[in-house]
Formats: sequence, structure tokens, C-alpha cells
Amino acid sequence: VFKRFVEIGRVAFISFGPHAGKLVAIVDVIDQNRALVDGPCSGVRRQAMPFKCMQLTDFVLKFPHSARQKCVRLAWEKENINEKWAATRWAKKIEAREKKAKMTDFDRYKVMKAKKMRNRIIKHEMKKLQKMSSKKGKKPDKSEKAPKSEKGPKSEKVPKAQKAQK
Amino acid sequence: AAGEKKPGEKAPGEKKPGKKKTAEKKPAEQKAGQKEVGEKKKKIKKHHASRNPVLARGIGRYSRSAMYARKALYKRKYTAPETKIEKKKKEKPRATITKPVGGDKNGGSRVVKIRKMPRYYPTEDVPRKLLSHGKKPFCQHKRRLRASITPGTVLILLTGRHRGKRVIFLKQLATGLLLVTGPLVINRVPLRRAHQKFVIATSTKVDISGVKIPKHLTDAYFKKKRLRKPRHQEGEIFDTEKEKYEITEQRKSDQKAVDSQILARIKKVPQLRGYLRSTFCLSNGVYPHKLVF
Repeated sequence: VFKRFVEIGRVAFISFGPHAGKLVAIVDVIDQNRALVDGPCSGVRRQAMPFKCMQLTDFVLKFPHSARQKCVRLAWEKENINEKWAATRWAKKIEAREKKAKMTDFDRYKVMKAKKMRNRIIKHEMKKLQKMSSKKGKKPDKSEKAPKSEKGPKSEKVPKAQKAQK
Repeated sequence: AAGEKKPGEKAPGEKKPGKKKTAEKKPAEQKAGQKEVGEKKKKIKKHHASRNPVLARGIGRYSRSAMYARKALYKRKYTAPETKIEKKKKEKPRATITKPVGGDKNGGSRVVKIRKMPRYYPTEDVPRKLLSHGKKPFCQHKRRLRASITPGTVLILLTGRHRGKRVIFLKQLATGLLLVTGPLVINRVPLRRAHQKFVIATSTKVDISGVKIPKHLTDAYFKKKRLRKPRHQEGEIFDTEKEKYEITEQRKSDQKAVDSQILARIKKVPQLRGYLRSTFCLSNGVYPHKLVF
């Protein structure tokens, strides 16, 4: 049921407060509501932080409880948490949200045009396949597989194009 | 004696009057070695040493009157040249003027002062300001322009018949209105004025550095013309005024001149033409305060 636990070394993402958006490692538990937390590689000083503003990630570091900052930093860099985090979908979603918020009016227009074009292509292919399948009658497999494979490359193309244009 | 000590002009032939206070000056003040006396009679002549030997510092041997005699100041009396006095006397302005007065029992004229005494002496030194103090007429108002609006910025018009259209800003006119163009071939917005307040400035800019905007495009050029002379009273007033606006040839030529320069630059930016053709609109989930323009 629960997969991520509060433990020493758990890397957490701070969701609100002055350090919102940064990663920290749990160094020790103070009481039911607070933990001693440290983020040497993300610019968070060692401090107490309530659990409520932390969101647990999948990463766990190995260091003993109340280890000093140097140890936390070593463990962090050994595991290469910063890069691993950037590769997660979570971080990518956050980044995409930020980019969307920063879009200017011109960017929005370009995205709209790109989306429109993409949807047209997809629809076109769908219609083609539907026609084929309706003509041939007994080939449901092909019509199901083909659109999925076509959606894949196109969905990668369009977001890349969007971000490049932004 | 004090007045005559200071000579005005040098009378020719007389020795140059020495410095005013040779008696008080130190004896070493003597200007020796000026042997140009013969040449320039009007120039400074050799000054005599002080004729008042010093007994102790600040105390001379001879009294004031004795010095007067010794320096022969009785001979050196200068009066100011007459011409200036005469001039000043003539220049005195008229203080009163006699004016004729009507009515037969009033005596023919009155003597009236030209410069009268003030009719009011304020209790405070600073005079009271007029009610219209600091209120300037419209033509003297300070015109401001938002920092986000620079030549070449794409603006979104919010009011008027072209609301929602994206348009290129050219310059600010003398009254503060913005001169703006579609360009016409892109979105049917001609060279037009727009009000700064009713416009959203986007961050998209086109480089308009070399574009020359004709100088005759001023507020007077764009001002609406209205006939103000209804010949028929209560008859056909509404007919005579201009109903239909006709596009003059000058407007067309100006439009062409400006747009041709701008279109070239628009083509350089990908997708900008389509962007200018589109209109701005809000839809579900789109909040203007959250949008970055």
C-alpha cells in the first residue's frame, strides 16, 4: 500500500514554504511532525522541517542518522541524485508546467498551430485506417496497432518542437 | 574729497591720477621703471612714493588735510562726464499722464498716474495662487509611454472595431496616442491611432529600426473631420454631415509606403504573419492575470 517511507536518508521534495521546489534528505526525525533535514546540494541549510511540506521521492541515501552535512553531501553526490531527479517524470512535469506558465502570447499561438497540425495528421491517419478496415472488414489488428505507433513518434516530435520554439 | 578721489575719465594732458589710496599703501608700491611715459600720455604714469612718511605702523606723519595739500588734490578735481548725467535725466520715465474726461461738469482732463500703487497688500508674503494654478491645457500635458511599448512591439487592441487584433506599434504621436498599423494586408487594420490604455503590449517585438515613417502622419492627419455649418435650420442637418467615410488616395499611398517596409521584416520572423492575422480571445481556464503576454 505504502511504498515510500520516512526514513533516514529519504530524499524529499519540498512542496511549499520558503524552500519550495527543492530536494532535501531526511537526516533525523525530531518528533511526530518534524524532521531534521539537509539539502547541501540544493541550497537548503540543515534545519527542522515539518513533514507536511515534504513530499517523499523514490530516492534513499545511505548515511547514519544525524550525520553531518559533509556525509550527506558525499552520499548525495555518490548517488547522483540531482541527475536522477531531473530524469524522473515528476521533475519533467514540473518543468513543463513552468514552461507553460512562461509562454508568451506568440508562443501560445505557435503551440496552437503545432497542436492543430499534429491533430490533423493523426486524424488523417486514423481515417485512412478506418477506411481500410471498413473496406477489408476482417483486419481489426492492423487498425489498432498502426495508430498507436504513429501517435508515438508524433507526440515526441510536437512537444520537442514546442519547447524549441519557446 | 572722497568722491573726487575716484577719477572717472582721464582728462588729456593731466597726469594720470595715482591709485586712490597711495597714502595708505606701503611705500614700496612705487612703480619704478615705467619709462613709457613719453609714449602713452593717457596710460598709467609713474606713481610717486607715498608722501606720508610712516612714524609707526598705521600712523603717518601728516594729517588728512596736510596730505590733501601735499598731494595737490585741490588741483585734481574730477567731475563725472556730463553726458551721462544728461542722458539719465532724459531717460526718466513719465510718472503721470493727462487723460481727457467726458461730461461737461468734470473739467476737461484728469492727471492720472501711470504706475499706480498696489490696491492690495497681502498679509502673507507669498501671494495667493490662482485656482487654475498648475492646471495646464491639454497640449502641454506630459505624455507618458509604458516601458513595455517600444517601436515594433506587437500590441493587442482591446476596443474599437478592431478589438482582439494584433497590430504593430510604430510611434507615439504628439497627443500621446499610439500610431499603429496592421499591416493592412495582414489583418485589415490601416494606419490608425490607438489609445495606450486600451491596448495590451505583448513581449513580441519586430525590428523596426530602419523604417521611415512619413512626417506628415500627425494627429491632425488622423483627426475626424466634421462639417460644422448646417445651412438648413432644422431641415436636413443630418444629411449634410459626412456620413460615409471615404478613403483618400493619400491614405492609401501612405499605407503602402509604411507597410512595404514593415512587411519585409515580418516575413523574416517565422509564423509572425499568421500570428498577426489571428485574433486574441479568452476561453475556459484562461485568466488574463495569469497570462504572460
